[in-house]
Amino acid sequence: MTLPKFEYFAPQTLHEAQQLLTDKGEGAHLLAGGTDLLVKMNHGLLKPASVIALKHIEGLGEISFDPKAGLKIGATALLADVAAHPDILKYYPAIAAAASETANVQIRNMGTVAGNLCNAAPSADNAPTLLAMNAKALISGRKGERQLPLDQFFMGPGKNALEPGEILTALHVPAPDSGTGVSYQHISARGKVDISAVCVGVMVRMKKNICSDARIFLGAVAPVPMRAFEAEAIVNGQELTEAMIEAAGKAASDQSKPITDVRSSADYRKKMVAVLTRRALTEARDRALNS
Amino acid sequence: MKHLIELKVNGDTYSLAVDPWRTLNEVLRDDLNLTGTKLGCGSGDCGACTVLVDGRSVSSCLTLALEVQGKDIQTVEGLAPSGEELHPIQEAFVETGAIQCGFCTSGMEMSAAYLLSRNSSPTEQEIREGLSGHLCRCTGYIQIVEAVSEAAKKMKQSGNEV
Repeated sequence: MTLPKFEYFAPQTLHEAQQLLTDKGEGAHLLAGGTDLLVKMNHGLLKPASVIALKHIEGLGEISFDPKAGLKIGATALLADVAAHPDILKYYPAIAAAASETANVQIRNMGTVAGNLCNAAPSADNAPTLLAMNAKALISGRKGERQLPLDQFFMGPGKNALEPGEILTALHVPAPDSGTGVSYQHISARGKVDISAVCVGVMVRMKKNICSDARIFLGAVAPVPMRAFEAEAIVNGQELTEAMIEAAGKAASDQSKPITDVRSSADYRKKMVAVLTRRALTEARDRALNS
Repeated sequence: MKHLIELKVNGDTYSLAVDPWRTLNEVLRDDLNLTGTKLGCGSGDCGACTVLVDGRSVSSCLTLALEVQGKDIQTVEGLAPSGEELHPIQEAFVETGAIQCGFCTSGMEMSAAYLLSRNSSPTEQEIREGLSGHLCRCTGYIQIVEAVSEAAKKMKQSGNEV
């Protein structure tokens, strides 16, 4: 198991990384934690001519929180550090949960939330909650910086919206809002260690017992993490009773378009979408009511 | 093109000329002859290649050697530097029968060391979670969990740190 040959660069600044990415063109790949890139290379699925490491860029791994500005997770912030960050645990428990349940201990000590998203697997554990919370991708390119709502970031399995020469530098999550609650739920074959067979992220805004706004995202049941509009329509403006939550779970299940693969059958995935959507709605509702 | 790097492994500094595509696992095993670290799946699923980098457990098969220049790397050989006296984690693995074929053992021990460095009295659940990134194909998991629990007790008694 030998990696294919490549040139290696360890730029110290974002500008330098940008320049290298532009100069090296199509054969260049960015390296953050390497937990997806090196697996693909080990399995012969990817043969980059050059690898540009991002972890040596100072400040790119920063996690910062401000009660008004919200949360910023830098591109090279480790999953383990996101999972254990005191502000994230306090104000964004579902983001911490998703990070802490991505893969296993060692991978969380190497891999990054940004890398999990850039890899653009439909099953990306960190996507559904960030999508539900209206997160944005902060992107730096030759023409300057741009912000892209995360729901426009995923283009297909393994495909993201980054243009040639662009680098995802951070994720921005809006400030926590009282009256909202978020939940992440997932299921996989090997406890919670394996790649998710189904994952669900939900954010609800509650006014007393009425759900005024719900955002429901499903992972691993379509080519990209998908939004369950029909399930949202069922709960919006309604009291979140058991019956209503059950109906939303069924709508999400009906709307999902899973395939059968090594991790799960399509039928099982559809059933689990209903179960996990119910669990996520219940937990998000309870968190919102206690916020 | 080879890069000239310095790797600090188990307290020793090695100057090496390394091709960029070589993993830490390959350099440890092939260049430094530290074969206690194993190579299993090559995809981060089995944990056999686990080492500590700056005190954190990582998969050496998914780490480029160039990426860990100047960092503090610890392998299973570093647990028992004299080569004779075992570390309490290793003693506990021997005493509880947690070793069958032995292939997963060094990785398991490194993850145990990582867990115990952060949590000196883990519950059974915490031990299971701490070792969840490891596969033992002999399937002797119960003894392995017991071994980590025993190691925690031994280390507390002796005031030993990982």
